[in-house]
Amino acid sequence: MRTNTSEDARPAERAGGTASPWPADVKMRATSVDFYYGGRQALHTINLQVPTGRITALIGPSGCGKTTFLRILNRMYETVPQARPEGEVLLDGEDIFSLDVVNLRRRVGMVFQKPNPFPKSIFDNIAYGLRINGMGSKSTLAEAVEKSLRRAALWEEVKDSLHKSAYALSGGQQQRLCIARALAVGPEVLLLDEPCSALDPIATAKIEELLFNLKDLCTMVIVTHNMQQAARAADFTGFFLMGRLIEFNKTEIIFKTPAKKETEDYITGRFG
Amino acid sequence: MSLRIRWRKLVNVVMLSLTGVCALLTVSVLFVILGYLLWYGSKSLDWAFFTRLPAPVGEAGGGMANAIVGSGKLLLLASLIGIPFGLLAGVYLAEFGGKTFSFLVRYTTDLLNGVPSIVTGIFAYTVIVIPMKHFSTLAGGLALGVMMIPIAVRTTEESLRAVPRVLREGALALGASKWKTVATVVMPAAMRGIVTGIMLTLARVAGETAPLLFTALGNRFWSPGWNQPIASLPVMIYEYALSAYDDWHRQAWAAGLVLLALVLITNVGARLVVSRGISFRRA
Repeated sequence: MRTNTSEDARPAERAGGTASPWPADVKMRATSVDFYYGGRQALHTINLQVPTGRITALIGPSGCGKTTFLRILNRMYETVPQARPEGEVLLDGEDIFSLDVVNLRRRVGMVFQKPNPFPKSIFDNIAYGLRINGMGSKSTLAEAVEKSLRRAALWEEVKDSLHKSAYALSGGQQQRLCIARALAVGPEVLLLDEPCSALDPIATAKIEELLFNLKDLCTMVIVTHNMQQAARAADFTGFFLMGRLIEFNKTEIIFKTPAKKETEDYITGRFG
Repeated sequence: MSLRIRWRKLVNVVMLSLTGVCALLTVSVLFVILGYLLWYGSKSLDWAFFTRLPAPVGEAGGGMANAIVGSGKLLLLASLIGIPFGLLAGVYLAEFGGKTFSFLVRYTTDLLNGVPSIVTGIFAYTVIVIPMKHFSTLAGGLALGVMMIPIAVRTTEESLRAVPRVLREGALALGASKWKTVATVVMPAAMRGIVTGIMLTLARVAGETAPLLFTALGNRFWSPGWNQPIASLPVMIYEYALSAYDDWHRQAWAAGLVLLALVLITNVGARLVVSRGISFRRA
């Protein structure tokens, strides 16, 4: 198992931040983050801490900026021309905008809304990240692939068809494959962008159970439209509305005694 | 009222039949050509056609072995020039290009595609034949290679663009660089379309005659190396079809059939290889 203790001890000086040591229970911290698509501002002064080893859910109506925020955390917004963030995002006290993007994305993995296995075999899908990052020799590769598939609770279903096309799997299996693929490079944080929106309830339940079991392994941030999912799976929940973070707290507080009227309206289904 | 409806029905029937007739004509043109080629070509096809050199003027028999090999060599050379340029420029346009420069490249490519093949021939003539003072395989291959580039560029670009964004992001999210993403995920996923496009251009230039007339020229004998005039099937067809001899006319038909068959075989072969590659066994 990969442990993050050495990462947690990383000092904050490199980010030029405060003199106090980086708290171990915070994995990522966004400070007054704005985000622009060209001239349009999509996020307004977001302040949010992602707690270490927990699942943080981001909820809110379509277009509220939750996915935009998620895509800042591994700098995936860079694929969109003219997208521009402002403010500070730290990963273990390090400024993610000055980190090498390849290195950042290895530490902060991502699972997408639609399962997106590569047009390769199951084995090669998992091995892909290891190969491009030069991790693992030929002999250790098979072992690493098995480990990742086991972690994603997919091993038993695919162990006899590792060299078959990943497209032969069902949607839910494909999504677990994508989770395994992300886990293979040993990320410290896993970002999930509505990972269950294309799946049926049974496949969704499997993924939620899987996420729960992955908490020892990495910190997770999940964007979801499904409020029951946030309530079931997440330890912390942030509610976004029109590009602002309205409220962020422990999940049970958000769902039982929200502080803001907008949050209450949203979770009780009065809008959105 | 009823007149109006009858009129509308009539227009409908007339237009439907018109589109049907045009579609049928399009298909039948191809089948008439194929039929002619098969009918006349197969009659004069024999083993000697593939194994022997052209017979001296006035003598019956002989074959076009040198032209078959010559076409192969010219196309090989053309591929060596056209495929890398076309492929990489297409990748640039689809994956890396900025706005203004991409527009320029795309526009130029389309213009290049519209350049008459004989002009491309003159270009190769000026660039290679005149300085070297003789016709050569090299000059012919260059002319054909230049002709391959535009379609190779555009089909590569379009095939790459058809690859869903989520696949790219999947690779990027694992820490792959842009180029690595393109080379290991996007291009394999688009390979079928890319190969189809390249095959199309190859088939097109395989039949080109005009740019070869004053670059590769033609040759009634073997052409060793890359530096001498060389025979090719299209030029042979041109020459033989215009000749006064019945025997040559028959051989021109045979050459046409062989040319078509070779293009077809290459095409099917390449597709087989590609479809095996996409069976997801290896990256």
